[in-house]
Amino acid sequence: MIVQTLDIGLAALVLTLAGYTVLARATFPAVVSYVAYGLLLSLIWVRLFSVDVALTEAAIGGGLTGVLLIGAAGKRRGTAVAATELDPTQPLRWAIMALCALAALALATVVVSLPDPAPTLAPQAMENIATTGLGNPVTAVLIAYRAFDTMLEKCVLVIAVVGVWSLACDRCWGGAPDVPRAVARGGTLTFFAQVLPPLGILIGIRIFWIGADEPGGAFQGGAILAAMWVIIMMAGLTDVPAISKRWLRIALAAGPIVFLGVGILGFAAAGGFLAYPHGFAKPVIIFVEIFMTLSIAATLPMLVGGAPIRAPRP
Amino acid sequence: MSFAPNLFSIVAIGAGLIFFLAGTCGLLRFPDTLSRLHALTKADNLGLGLVVIGLLPLADNVLAALKLVVVWVLVQLSGATVGQLIAQSTRRNGRTE
Repeated sequence: MIVQTLDIGLAALVLTLAGYTVLARATFPAVVSYVAYGLLLSLIWVRLFSVDVALTEAAIGGGLTGVLLIGAAGKRRGTAVAATELDPTQPLRWAIMALCALAALALATVVVSLPDPAPTLAPQAMENIATTGLGNPVTAVLIAYRAFDTMLEKCVLVIAVVGVWSLACDRCWGGAPDVPRAVARGGTLTFFAQVLPPLGILIGIRIFWIGADEPGGAFQGGAILAAMWVIIMMAGLTDVPAISKRWLRIALAAGPIVFLGVGILGFAAAGGFLAYPHGFAKPVIIFVEIFMTLSIAATLPMLVGGAPIRAPRP
Repeated sequence: MSFAPNLFSIVAIGAGLIFFLAGTCGLLRFPDTLSRLHALTKADNLGLGLVVIGLLPLADNVLAALKLVVVWVLVQLSGATVGQLIAQSTRRNGRTE
């Protein structure tokens, strides 16, 4: 009874925050409530026993998207006049609202009208999990059963970085992006950036490593590593790398390339694209995940950094 | 599970929740940014600290208990840092409202 009341309260809170995010007049409060909304949503995923999704939602919905939106809001504030010209007109707003409401309504109808028990592939996923050598069915779905989807997702991330970089002015091409900086060096943020990353890097690698058997994985672990790198750059302890740096580009592309390479080797080793050799699946999966973690840890900070704004040093 | 550890947990978590409630009231009611930060950081430090102390007897094993303590320490560290950064930015911009 108490648990149900708490669940209903949590759901009501999420809906209220969602409404506030849409209705807030200023950009910054909307962004802040959106971040809180993402964090509360991850609590809901925990209540639905989907800890893997909860971790991703907290890292991406609350963390990364929040940082990107706060950055965008900050940039908009500097150019208030130019920004109002970009604002949608009133009829367009109504149209957007109507379409979003329609999509939400359609989704809600589908979810409510699902047969009980809902159709599920969970039994099949659990039946065949022994062939992958993994213990976490979510990781098995991501890296084995639906490996093709996951590989394309990683490619999309790299393409997103290319898209962001292509917004650079001609003079800045090959130069370095920038992240919001601490004003004073040697201050609080510097201390934070010296104390937290050793722990954070450990936790990030651990979350990637236990992903094989428990909730966690390349994406969640990579997101934590990415956050550590962003904090170190924000504190000014290390420079944001120029986008022409070869090691950066290799780190960005390593995940999709290794995934693709293993997939093609699957033709020779196991008779199909992205097929893993029998009895040897888990080491191959871990090998792919190592490079995926590396790529995610490099991709997310580059998305936060945005387009390069400094001309390359000669 | 015997009664005594449960009672201890209820008292400690209850006390922690009171700090969170007080912190929220302060955040909503205090007149300026620095006072609001002051109220909020008390909720983080003492409130979460008491909740963690209350959860310790309920942890499955020593490792789980240690993880709870690590969570508290990390929240302390990030809460204190963010509080400092917001306060600095407030003073720099001359906004105290």
